[in-house]
Amino acid sequence: MTDPQPLVVVDNLKKYFPVSSGLVFQKKAGSVRAVDGISFSIAKGETLGLVGESGCGKTTAGRTILNLYPPTAWKITIDNQELSTDSKPDLKEFRRKTAMIFQDPYASLNPRWTISAIVSEPLRVHKLFKTEKERTERVNHLLNLVGLSSRLINRFPHEFSGGQRQRIGVARALASDPLFIVCDEPISALDVSIQAQVVNLLEDLQDQFGLTYLFIAHDLSMVRHICDRVAVMYLGVIVELAERNELYENPLHPYSQALLSAVPIPDPKRDRERRRIILSGDVPSPINPPSGCRFHPRCPVGVERCNTDDPQWHEASPGHWIACNSVTSP
Amino acid sequence: MNNISAPLLQVENLCTRFHIPEGTVYAVNGISFTIKEGETLAVVGESGCGKSVTMLSILGLIPLPPGEIVTGKAIFRDKDLIKLSESEFEHLRGDEVAMVFQDPMTSLNPVLTIGKQITETLRTHLGLSQEAADQKAVELLERVGIPEAASRLGNYPHQFSGGMRQRVMIAMALSCNPSLLIADEPTTALDVTIQAQIVELVLHLREQLHMTIIWITHDLGVVAGLADRVIVMYAGFIVEEALVDDLYENPRHPYTLALLGALPRVDRRRDHRLNSIPGAPPNLLVEPQGCPFAPRCTYVIDKCWQENPALIPIAPEHKMACWVDTTTTSNGS
Repeated sequence: MTDPQPLVVVDNLKKYFPVSSGLVFQKKAGSVRAVDGISFSIAKGETLGLVGESGCGKTTAGRTILNLYPPTAWKITIDNQELSTDSKPDLKEFRRKTAMIFQDPYASLNPRWTISAIVSEPLRVHKLFKTEKERTERVNHLLNLVGLSSRLINRFPHEFSGGQRQRIGVARALASDPLFIVCDEPISALDVSIQAQVVNLLEDLQDQFGLTYLFIAHDLSMVRHICDRVAVMYLGVIVELAERNELYENPLHPYSQALLSAVPIPDPKRDRERRRIILSGDVPSPINPPSGCRFHPRCPVGVERCNTDDPQWHEASPGHWIACNSVTSP
Repeated sequence: MNNISAPLLQVENLCTRFHIPEGTVYAVNGISFTIKEGETLAVVGESGCGKSVTMLSILGLIPLPPGEIVTGKAIFRDKDLIKLSESEFEHLRGDEVAMVFQDPMTSLNPVLTIGKQITETLRTHLGLSQEAADQKAVELLERVGIPEAASRLGNYPHQFSGGMRQRVMIAMALSCNPSLLIADEPTTALDVTIQAQIVELVLHLREQLHMTIIWITHDLGVVAGLADRVIVMYAGFIVEEALVDDLYENPRHPYTLALLGALPRVDRRRDHRLNSIPGAPPNLLVEPQGCPFAPRCTYVIDKCWQENPALIPIAPEHKMACWVDTTTTSNGS
């Protein structure tokens, strides 16, 4: 993972949530290892996809990277500013450079605030403009950027449809001129015909401002469309990371293979022809993840040592990283 | 694919509205379709297109008021379902027609054991004793692939995962060997690998039990490998209906074309931007006039604003509701 000049470097990010037992005298009973040591880097202007099933820790990873959840362990470099468990980070500066677009456009906008108040909040927090007039101009500009009329500035969120709300969320994310945006399933709550609108908007904004995206999603077709590189997560760890066409055409990890084979194709003939790998069972609990390779209880090709040995993260071919004992370099 | 024969269900000019304080919701606006015995019919459309309301109307599950079934017939084996009384419906539902809902988390009762919930149907409809019903419940759970079924009868819904709960729902739906299974977005709340498991299970059961299935979804991908015939709905109207291969190879209605164009493909390299559909679905509180898709349509002509095109056959087994022939007219955008 040596990009020429990565904008974002995440090194061994961990997030454990404590689990307690007992109603009155609570004891710490263990922890949910939601994210258990993930590392990657993203170049400037690049989109990295983070995919996986629900409960694999992809959303937690996104939130922990932006310090919305205090990380258990982290070392993150964004635009040469390093933040880690040991240092006392300047979070305010960090948060000006980063932003997040949330999944649920109904829950992520304050229903009692006007659009103007919502979109200008980052401007007020970071004291980016001196006067109210300048702020209003900036908000108008942002709304135009995301394809909304600036006449709507004094309306409330309930007056907008899901797609329009998501555009408001995008405008808010852009307010402080961030370099890096975490998009946490920005389209999964929207109808198919609206999804394409929002995806095209995100792409246009990336071209215009050179934005860097971490795109978290479970829709693998959309991820192939929008991302440059894709990382596959399973139970808190990244199991495979490669350039998009390499990953989709030549998946090496048995989990990625099963995941990709399960994605429906809107073409009856192709869909009937292809062979699905049906995984048995469900994702195990992250409180007590399986020993060795976390995927071994469901793995169709696992060998004896997968039960005990942690798989090594290695480069199977240039730019194609994988953590699996059964798949070695060709 | 299957032995397709006589129509099992024939819906004619169904029109369902809801009277709410804000006005009247024009949910389903006069739709007609048939499903033949042994066939799998997919009903595709975005949220609010009326696909679920159609099925709920047929099954007598629309609360009246605020709902009103203005016109329509639904002939199921010589019986008009729209005219049935509540007690006749109780006999029909679960016995001859069963439904599986979208959210397996909320459609099971959280305070009753799985065993209790399955055997209740069996005892009501088949008049079995508790022992016989328990035994049958174990068979049903084994059939839908739940391991150690006998020991899981005493478990509560929260002790099952999402995929397992959906299997339990399917087991309950199958308990009286229904001739028609209506599945309302049964895999939407599930992850892709679990979705693949459920689709595989339904395909297997269809083969085994010769069931007729109506599969409601917003996902054009899922139905491609599953359905025999597809109906595309928009704003309470059927806009296109065709055999599955025909629909995906020769989509004719501008809305179907646009939907397929807006879908990225997992099996293809990216070659262009997505074709987004401008605008948003219409407000159902406004009485429909003209073609409901006209404001978002790139093929729109003057006539579209005045008169709503009827669903007419354009080829064998292929119907469409549009004034424009999209195969010869160039896209206006």
